[in-house]
Amino acid sequence: MAYSRKDFISLFDISAEEITYILETAETMKYVLSQKNKKAPYLQGKSVIILFYEKSVRAKLSYELAAQYLSANIVDITVSKISDQYETINDMGRTIEQMGGDFIICRHPMSGSTRFLAENVHASVINAGDGINEDPSQSLLDLVTIKNQKGDFKGLKVAIIGDVAHSRVTRSNIWGLLKLGAEVCVAGPPTMIPSGIENLGVKVFYNINDAIKDADVVMTMRLDTEKSSKSRFISLDEYQSFFKIDENALQNAKKDVIVMHPGPVNRGIEISSQLIDDKRCLFDDQITNGVAVRMALLYILSNKAGAVL
Amino acid sequence: MTILIKNASIVSKDFNVDEKFDIYIKDSVIEDIAYDINTEAEEVIDANGFLVMPGCIDMYSKICESGYENKNNIITISQSATSGGYTTIISAPNSQPVIDNKTVVEYVFKKTIEQADVNIFPYGSMTIGCEGTEVAEIGEMIKAGAIGLSDGAYSILDTELMRNIFLYSKMFDVPVITFCEDRNLSRNGVVNDGIMATKMGLIGIPNVAEDIIVSRNLLLAKSTEARIHITHITTKGAVDLIRQGKEDGINVTADTCAHYFTLSEKALEGYNTFAKVSPPLRTEEDIQAIIEGLKDGTIDAIATGHTPASIERKITEFDNAAFGISSLEVSFPVSYTELVEKGILSVNEFIDKMSYNPSKILGLNKKGCIKKGNDADIIIVDTKKEFEIQGKNFFSRAKYSPYDNKKVKGKIVVTIVKNKVFHFN
Repeated sequence: MAYSRKDFISLFDISAEEITYILETAETMKYVLSQKNKKAPYLQGKSVIILFYEKSVRAKLSYELAAQYLSANIVDITVSKISDQYETINDMGRTIEQMGGDFIICRHPMSGSTRFLAENVHASVINAGDGINEDPSQSLLDLVTIKNQKGDFKGLKVAIIGDVAHSRVTRSNIWGLLKLGAEVCVAGPPTMIPSGIENLGVKVFYNINDAIKDADVVMTMRLDTEKSSKSRFISLDEYQSFFKIDENALQNAKKDVIVMHPGPVNRGIEISSQLIDDKRCLFDDQITNGVAVRMALLYILSNKAGAVL
Repeated sequence: MTILIKNASIVSKDFNVDEKFDIYIKDSVIEDIAYDINTEAEEVIDANGFLVMPGCIDMYSKICESGYENKNNIITISQSATSGGYTTIISAPNSQPVIDNKTVVEYVFKKTIEQADVNIFPYGSMTIGCEGTEVAEIGEMIKAGAIGLSDGAYSILDTELMRNIFLYSKMFDVPVITFCEDRNLSRNGVVNDGIMATKMGLIGIPNVAEDIIVSRNLLLAKSTEARIHITHITTKGAVDLIRQGKEDGINVTADTCAHYFTLSEKALEGYNTFAKVSPPLRTEEDIQAIIEGLKDGTIDAIATGHTPASIERKITEFDNAAFGISSLEVSFPVSYTELVEKGILSVNEFIDKMSYNPSKILGLNKKGCIKKGNDADIIIVDTKKEFEIQGKNFFSRAKYSPYDNKKVKGKIVVTIVKNKVFHFN
């Protein structure tokens, strides 16, 4: 079996083969999704706990449906005000486990927390986003979308635009794309580019035209002004005038360029409204693939769930 | 009490390590050092095969007595210190209550006399509550025995205030101990700003956060002609600035800690909270610069930076985890192995960084070298036997270490301090 880990935490840690295996499984799940009766029995009798320490609508919905399509029991917990209550994620994990949870899908505002949880529970943990570190399933759905359009990753030029330093989706995408052989360029204000990223094989630009030139794929990220300290970010107006993806910005990209965004979109800031409705934009595919990828992850991990550490 | 050390190969000023002496100690004072002493003594120690050195002086420990007893108290820190080769430790002022007035200074001395097996001297906080806003009663604290002024690992960002403290300190012969980190640049940071921060998705603290305050404080010390000691240096930039400062005649001394030249940010791999320290562990390039600084004398001393955090505060989410390291028991062997075993410093140069230089900087004139009439603060070290560091065996209540399983040399076998002899196996 190509993926035999207990948990799914990060694309930084796993191999290209493992990623490819998950992407292939996601294709099977897409078939399940396309059926009239969207139900597969793989997680019957298993419990999936969705443990989110941050507000979320889309991701939660996507995970919840994925688990339901696979016939799991689902509980959804949102813990708020993390700093006020002093229970570590570790203790929370134990509680869930004692109640019979087989999977914990966790989103947490601190980097590395889901790994910490995974190391301390027997249940399978899926990282649904940890701080500014990674959101690996979000990246997988991007990768499925790219693969469907382009067939292969080798030699593809992918331009990622936005707040690279504070975007966990970007970080996961960078690791995933590099492993699969794509060329990765990033563009954003220098205050939003993480230190030393160029040493990891990423090309860094401060203007989108250079980054997008000859690109096969353009990904633009949601600008989260809350995660960024004030002086890193000037204003939405200023940002959009330099980093908004519109028809003009795509001029020098490859003719068959595709445009992606993890959503929710700040219309007219990260991307122009006209472009969103263009066929080059694959936001809808991304959303569908998201459910398939999450089903694939649950399915793959179900072989390991409840295993002794 | 009388103690006689036989066959001592002494590593200290004016001694040749190849010669063997006997050392006679009476009531905590070195009474005599000669080739062959036959005076009767209550305890006779044969130091044959070992090295005899002055006890180490730690320029910066958090003793955590008063307020933070759950982390450590004077008794456990004494055990940690003696087993780690330290006979004198200087307490950082940021305990609870903060050492910012003469009453707390007197309290530390009283507790030390009653309970501590080692010498403990306090630094006085430069500002009330270590808050960096209002000057504390510096003179009163020094009169009560504080041996230096410290910002308690909380850089004073108000430049006028810092300048006035430098100026005022000239009334007394004490160093101004500054920890250099610009909190505007380190805010929310938990690790070094570099490749590891990028890989792990953690907020970084750039080198320049340290360099900028080192630079400012050097300029202030130069213009005020005050005595400055820069503690916990971690960056190449800081080493370069201090080297330049010394060349320019600024009255500056500096220390670093063992973890800043033996561990890089790579120790954080897997979100290892045991390696989460303040300032953060830096890069190989910085380590090389620190080692170069130790070698050429830019860095005068090695402090432990002992800042034990309870295990509960370490086994938690990385961002929530406390900064801190339990280093009193490992600083000596780790530094010895890195510096002396690798031939970077001679054993004499090494003990200067651990004992003699701190004694000079802090004005502890009866300590720091083995000499007739000096305090009998002595350690006996087995430098041949290799052993493994295991945090779980620490005396400290913080029983963890980023050095777990590391093989080192420089085992403390005997510590003599305050008229007592401690043996360690």
